[in-house]
Amino acid sequence: MAKRIVSVVAGLGRRVNDSLQRLGFAARFFVMLLVYSGQSFRRIHLTIRELFFSGVLSLLIILVSGLFVGLVLGLQGYETLQRYGSSEALGVLVALSLTRELGPVIAGLLFASRAGSSVTAEIGLMKATEQLTAMDMMAVNPMARIVAPRFWGGVISMPLLAAMFSAMGVFGGYLIGVVFIGVDEGAFWSQMQASVDFHHDVLNGVIKSFVFGIAVSLIAVFEGYDSIPTAEGVSRAITRTVVNSALAILALDFVLTSFMFRGI
Amino acid sequence: MNRKLLDLWVGFFVAIGIAALLFLALKVGNLSASNFLETYQLAAKFDNIGGLKVRGPVKSAGVVVGRVSEIRFDPKTYEAVVTLNIDARYQFPKDTFASILTSGLLGEQYIGLDAGGDEKMLKVGDLIAKTQSAVVLEKLISQFMFNKASDGPDKK
Repeated sequence: MAKRIVSVVAGLGRRVNDSLQRLGFAARFFVMLLVYSGQSFRRIHLTIRELFFSGVLSLLIILVSGLFVGLVLGLQGYETLQRYGSSEALGVLVALSLTRELGPVIAGLLFASRAGSSVTAEIGLMKATEQLTAMDMMAVNPMARIVAPRFWGGVISMPLLAAMFSAMGVFGGYLIGVVFIGVDEGAFWSQMQASVDFHHDVLNGVIKSFVFGIAVSLIAVFEGYDSIPTAEGVSRAITRTVVNSALAILALDFVLTSFMFRGI
Repeated sequence: MNRKLLDLWVGFFVAIGIAALLFLALKVGNLSASNFLETYQLAAKFDNIGGLKVRGPVKSAGVVVGRVSEIRFDPKTYEAVVTLNIDARYQFPKDTFASILTSGLLGEQYIGLDAGGDEKMLKVGDLIAKTQSAVVLEKLISQFMFNKASDGPDKK
């Protein structure tokens, strides 16, 4: 009995120890990433290439899902608002929920599963096939050559994608509300403009998506870099990327919302 | 994929992203409509501001001419001090009347400015002397009930 208790406590201790060690490595990794970013910016086309892979190739899924989210918001919002005779407030509902919350969060989740996972897979496979070690042998720093461009590509493309998502969603809401259902067009736009504030709503949404971009990109490159260099290890790293990114986005969203929209 | 085509696509991507941001700022948000470039500050004291909020509109003749920038409580006079940011294009006379109004039955509260006839204009930092507080529904109802009660049964 005593032996069992000891082994349970020892296992718990090892787990805590391991995860703390991983956290420490992640922090060190982040600092290293920032330090070597300067080197990678000197060869800017590497970052532009990553912008293409994580940004341009995510365009389709972002635009289409933004449109559908906007359509659904328009339908559901109208359904509820018309009960209270205020269907003109549909524009406000769609625009506020998209710019404040749904745009950054859903775009972030999509981005994590579309672009984050592929970055992890790429870096993980490079590690498994010992390409990273080979680069080190050739005095090419893999942090500057591989990791930093992928990180910055994600950080830059995430706010742009979130803005596109929100814009597309507002357009979807307009399509359902004004074109199909027949809410007054002037009231739709003017009420929206009256209650959506540039600093308070739009800019805070952009800040959110920027923070999500940093979180998702960091998790993606870190999980790839830290993966166990086997087929199973890489697949587990990809799963961890998607799960951890989703959790990080939702938790950060709560924290940021409570900072940004408190009281007013 | 060669580098030129890559650059083209990335440029296209960034351009759409910026266009989306501009759309959000100008068409969805109110950057074009009511962010005044130059403003000057006025203050007004109210007995009761009701549900007035910071960033609430200041209207004159129904046109938005400014925004509420700060709401404070004055511990000496027990009044609310409201600071207003007024668009620098508009000047108001010294005897302007400021009242807290409600848009619609249950809408947001705003400050209405009714211009007076004075020839001197309000300057930066001036206090609007004549104000009317927000109408609090409970007080209105209790006043009404009180009047009814004081009318009493002799009115029959």
